[in-house]
This record gives sequence, C-alpha cells and structure tokens, in this order.
Amino acid sequence: MNKEIYKNPIFKSNPVTVLVLGICSSLAVTVKLEPACVMALSVIAVTGFSSFIISILRNTIPNRIRIIVQLVVVAMLVILVDQILKAFSYEVSKQLSVFVGLIITNCIVMGRIEAFALGNKPIPSLIDGLANGAGYGLVLVVLAFFRELIGSGTLFGHQIIPLSWYVKNGGFYENNGLFILPPMALILAGLLIWAQRSIQKDLIEK
Amino acid sequence: MQDLLNIFVKSIFIDNMVFAYFLGMCSFLAVSKSVKTATGLGIAVIFVLGVTLPINYLLNTYVLSPGSLSWLGPEYADIDLSFLSLIIFIAVIAAMVQLVEMIVEKFAPALYASLGIFLPLIAVNCAILGGSLFMQERGYSSVGEATVFGLGSGIGWFIAIVALAAIREKLAYSNVPAPLKGLGITFIITGLMGIAFMSFMGIQL
Repeated sequence: MNKEIYKNPIFKSNPVTVLVLGICSSLAVTVKLEPACVMALSVIAVTGFSSFIISILRNTIPNRIRIIVQLVVVAMLVILVDQILKAFSYEVSKQLSVFVGLIITNCIVMGRIEAFALGNKPIPSLIDGLANGAGYGLVLVVLAFFRELIGSGTLFGHQIIPLSWYVKNGGFYENNGLFILPPMALILAGLLIWAQRSIQKDLIEK
Repeated sequence: MQDLLNIFVKSIFIDNMVFAYFLGMCSFLAVSKSVKTATGLGIAVIFVLGVTLPINYLLNTYVLSPGSLSWLGPEYADIDLSFLSLIIFIAVIAAMVQLVEMIVEKFAPALYASLGIFLPLIAVNCAILGGSLFMQERGYSSVGEATVFGLGSGIGWFIAIVALAAIREKLAYSNVPAPLKGLGITFIITGLMGIAFMSFMGIQL
C-alpha cells in the first residue's frame, strides 16, 4: 500500500495549514488541551468512517444527489459522536458546545469524501480519512498546548508553571491572558504556517 | 423592542461570528481576495441566515425540543426529538439555499449573476449552521428574536469579510516575508482585527 496516503496529510499537505480546510471549528476549541484532544479524536473518527462508508457506496450513489447522501452519512456519524460524548464525558461536551455539531460542515470531511473516497477502495479511503483527521488534530493539539501553557500555566488542567513564580506569591511571573482570547488562536495559527513554510520552501505563495 | 435592538447590536459586534466564534472561516479566508466578491458573498450570507433561522426556530420549538409535540395531542407530550436537530437543520439549510438560489435566479437575474457560485457554497458555510445551533442553545423566546439574531449575525459576517478584503487589497503593496505571504499573514491580520473587535466586549447590553 502506498505510504504517501497516510504520511502526506500529517505534515506535507496538512489539511489546516496547507489546504485551508476545516479552520472554522479548529480555532475555537483550542483554549485548553482536553477539549482540543476530544475534538481531534471526534474529527478523526468522523473523517475516517465517513470516507469508509462513502467509499463502499461510491458505485451505487447517483452522481447528482451525492452531496445530500454525503451530508446524511456525515450527519449520522456526527450525531453518534455527539450522543457518545454527552453520555461519557458530559463536561467536555458542554465546553465544546456547538462545535461538535459543526463537524458536519467541517470542510475536511466533505473535502476528503469528494477528493478521495469517491474514487478509491474502502480501505485506502479509511486510512486517508483517518490521516487527514490526524493532521487536523495535530494542529489543534499544538495550538492548544501553547495556548493553555502560556495562557493559564497548566497542561490538561495540571499546574506546570511553579506556583511560587507568580507575582501574587512574591514571584515574577504572570499568565498571559491574551492567549486565552480568540484572536490569539488566529495569530498562533499564522505563526505555525510561517514556521511550516520556512521549512518547506515549495509551499510559499507567489 | 429594546430586546430586539440589543440582540441585533450584540450579534453584529460583540458576538461577531468571525471574530468571537471563528465561524465561516473557510470561505472567509478563501473569498476575501477582492472587495467585490466579498460583498457578494456577504450579502448572500445575510440573506440565507435571515431566512433559515426563523424556519429552524419554528421547527425547533414545535417539533424538535422535548415536549414540543404536545400540540398534536397529550400522548405526544413526552417525545424528545432533539437528537435529530443536526440533521433537520442541515437539511433545512440545504433546501433553503437551493430555494433561495432558484428565486433569486427567477426574479433578480442581475443579483444572481453577481452572486454566481457563492450561493450553493453557503450550504456548507459553518456560520449558517452555527447560527441555528446558537439559536437552539441560547433559547431565544420568539420568531422575531431569532430573525433579528440571524440578520445581525449575517451583517456582522458581512462587515468582517468586506473589511478583511479591503485590507488584503492594500496588502498587495507591502513587503511581507516570503513564507508568511498569503495565508499566514491573512491569519495574523484576522487575529489583529479580532483584537480590535474585542473592544466592543466592554459594552453592557
């Protein structure tokens, strides 16, 4: 099997930083690492299985109504994920609020179905979907890592910056509140793109 | 009346779809290269949000939320269909976009020609579905409030995309570091615009 299928989406053609897909929901859930990881896993599951299912059905779906069929399959998977989250980790599902539902309109899901699953066998499609979900998840986790560490001094809710460093305990350190606010996610994503394109010169736009 | 005005101003500036919730980012970044196309897409978004939100509000109140089927008779009172809301909302949005497209094509061909490809694209714009989901989560109390929220969110999105497009047109003359060109600098500018919009947060409504 071709290694490129699962190696490329994670770095070289990452869905978020290179293809500009799925940015909508990726930035709002990155204030803390825990919801970001849950969101990443949800998206991996939905992209993987939706590509798999559509690929099985690809020869039976009439071309003209394929968008509706795809939407129904994706919506079904998202409802499953939503119900599972509500049942097993209610707190996180409250934090993610509408963004689990918005996986339906996440362009990565539809993009991979249209670009890959409609023309390939089920197993490669499953791997392609999972890998693209993972590429998206990677960006999410990197952003959340910096935002939580600098913004709140914690990782997964555990204190990382020693408490004695803080100004209120007589130290010199203060959390950077800007990192918790929404605009910083965009600026960090911009810097991430800058870093990636400095390494991979062929991605630079003219 | 004052409530409606509050919701309107709040949804344009304070809870701006783009800068506070990052909704509709994909088309926001992709279609903001020129002011003209950005205006077209912005108007289409206002239109579709203004139409779909009242419909989804009615569906949510009379069909989907727990106990809302009681108007059919007492035996339906404890049915809870809220798990279906995602699929119903997205179906309504897809259908409305299709319908709006046909109506605009028939009665306003000039507008149709200028909107072009953007109308069908709107079905997958997360600002639209996001609007419906926020409406459901925040529990607006009347069709009027839902409509005003929809229009306000649409206008907020319109302002954001036109402003970004104007900045990007001017940016063509700036000397941006090569790896940051295009996508990277657009992200950072959106972030800076978001910081500017945060100054509205202090307003109490």
